[in-house]
Amino acid sequence: MQVQSMFFKQTASLKLNDAVLQTALKRAKGKFVDGRAASVATIDNWEEIRTYAAALRDRVIDNLDAYLLEFEKNAMRRGAVVHWAETAEEANAIIVDIARKNAVKTVTKSKSMVSEEVSLNDALEAAGVAVMETDLGEYILQLAKEPPSHIVAPAVHKSKEQVAQLFVDHHHKPRLTDIPAMTREAREVLRGHFLGADMGISGANFVIAETGTTLTVTNEGNADMVTTIPRIHCVITGIEKVIPTLEDFATLIRLLPRSAIGQSIANYLTLTTGVKAADEIEGPEQMHIVLVDAGRTKLVGGEMKDMLRCIRCGACMNHCPVYQNVGGHAYGWVYPGPMGSVLTPTYVGIENAGDLPNAATFCGECQVVCPVKIPLPDLMRKLREKQFDMKLRPRSERWAIKVWSFVVTRPRMYAFLSKFGARIASWLGGRDKLIHRLPGIDGWTDGRDMPAPQGKTFRDLYAAQREPK
Amino acid sequence: MSARENILARIRANSGKAGATTTAEIDVARAVIRARTRGPLPGFGKHEPVQHFIDECARLSTTLAEVASSAEVPREVARYIAQQNLLPKVVGWDEFGKLDWATSKISYESRPANAADLIGLTGCFSAIGETGTLLLLGARATPKVTALLPETHICVVKKSRILPTMEDAFQLMRDEVGAPPRATFFVSGPSRTADIEQTIVIGAHGPYRVHVILIP
Repeated sequence: MQVQSMFFKQTASLKLNDAVLQTALKRAKGKFVDGRAASVATIDNWEEIRTYAAALRDRVIDNLDAYLLEFEKNAMRRGAVVHWAETAEEANAIIVDIARKNAVKTVTKSKSMVSEEVSLNDALEAAGVAVMETDLGEYILQLAKEPPSHIVAPAVHKSKEQVAQLFVDHHHKPRLTDIPAMTREAREVLRGHFLGADMGISGANFVIAETGTTLTVTNEGNADMVTTIPRIHCVITGIEKVIPTLEDFATLIRLLPRSAIGQSIANYLTLTTGVKAADEIEGPEQMHIVLVDAGRTKLVGGEMKDMLRCIRCGACMNHCPVYQNVGGHAYGWVYPGPMGSVLTPTYVGIENAGDLPNAATFCGECQVVCPVKIPLPDLMRKLREKQFDMKLRPRSERWAIKVWSFVVTRPRMYAFLSKFGARIASWLGGRDKLIHRLPGIDGWTDGRDMPAPQGKTFRDLYAAQREPK
Repeated sequence: MSARENILARIRANSGKAGATTTAEIDVARAVIRARTRGPLPGFGKHEPVQHFIDECARLSTTLAEVASSAEVPREVARYIAQQNLLPKVVGWDEFGKLDWATSKISYESRPANAADLIGLTGCFSAIGETGTLLLLGARATPKVTALLPETHICVVKKSRILPTMEDAFQLMRDEVGAPPRATFFVSGPSRTADIEQTIVIGAHGPYRVHVILIP
């Protein structure tokens, strides 16, 4: 997918004034945040499981090459072909080549964010292959020719009226108004595609080194169709998705659906290992697994390596006050929210994603809800430091930070200036104790008033309290 | 150099490790894999699994009935079909073909389901109390499509096969069949989606109804 992250500020302003999107975001926030909280509360040792899962992901990432080789060996033993792709272009070329060699005309696809990264659908269509997305949200977006705005709920930004119109335009049937009927119509349209496709393409939530298994987690059952019915199954996934054992999957699946959508379990956990047995009447004759780097190795061993633990649940964006207000498209690439603010600059270059690490209030909620304890605010702070060092931020901002650091490292100067500043701010507040305008930085007061400080600094108050009465 | 070698070399260079992956490093990974360490279980994972399974099925919109023996399965299927107002035509796994379906006035075919079939009957390898989940292992006699394509999936579950956790089910699979079969899949209730306005709709691409029949 082409990176548009450099336009974050402009896009975010548009999104704040998009009434349909704002309604959709408010609705989603309630469901995701409350749903997760309720489902996490049913587990008595949530923190213990999180800590264990973070350590287990670290253990793999620290020895990543060995686990990948074990996975490759075990997958090949079961008849799968394992391909490696350094870049998006290589990944697409491999899959287009598989399609060509096998005279593939039609593909059904279950949701894969890696395929969004590399723009796989465009590459296949350019090669004359018809691709059909089968996750309902992805299908809606394919009709609308839009990228997903959320990694778990891709069409979260769409209203049912918009979906109804898309279905009228593409299905050529009477307009529907209720959501179950729309879902049923999409099911009937997609059934035909499932049964006729030459190749199924899926992503993988995890791949298991022990058994050479790839697996997908869905509620709709579409990954089951895609991996069972066509004569070829192709998996596209990132190299960081490997885990050692089936037991590790059992641990991670206690965290993933709860963090993502507040469910204790997803409806379908689809484990696929190799090709069909000689006597089987269903299943693919060929299985291809494409392991994609596309920027991931840059994170190995570096200060961003914690991000490789990510299990793609989306809890960080669901709980982010910035995401909750601007939605996913403003972030300008595949991954929105805090995870995107780390992944986009590290995968596609910090110079292409200037505003993303700054699109955070640093409230810390993303880190609190992350099932594998990724310190997202710390990672964004490191990216901000890097931007400062590389002179990628505006001159005025860099100058302000330099002045700030000069002052705060000199306690007496800081004490004097903060006392002075607190009085000015208190005076600016006037009788109603609200600052309506801040000359020069009025972006802060455009949408709301700032409560004025009462005139004394923390140090003043602390000193007064310490004095013996 | 191939993409594979380049990727592996970059992983090693960035991890500060010299040369190619060593036998010792592979052995460390293999030891971790062989240990199959289980992570911490939630408290309820240790509960009596059958009752927990029954409770979780209700939460997942899986309906459930218990009969005294497998011979009574056709009668329960007939009752469910009448209750749901479905046609008495069932396609299912071979293992149920020898039951007396005629007395219950059900036409039963032992074959894999196709998209035109409306009711699929399967067994399961195991079931999981913690989450109300069915574990099915696809094979010639136990095709996955039968649990996937029809609008109604009826699953016969032996109570003795209900285990507390997914870890227990994986261990049973290793003990009885070895490595996971090509199609190893866990089903937890009817298929669903919430992709339009986050409104949960039961019946996405898989079945609309999942009905469990418990037998001893």
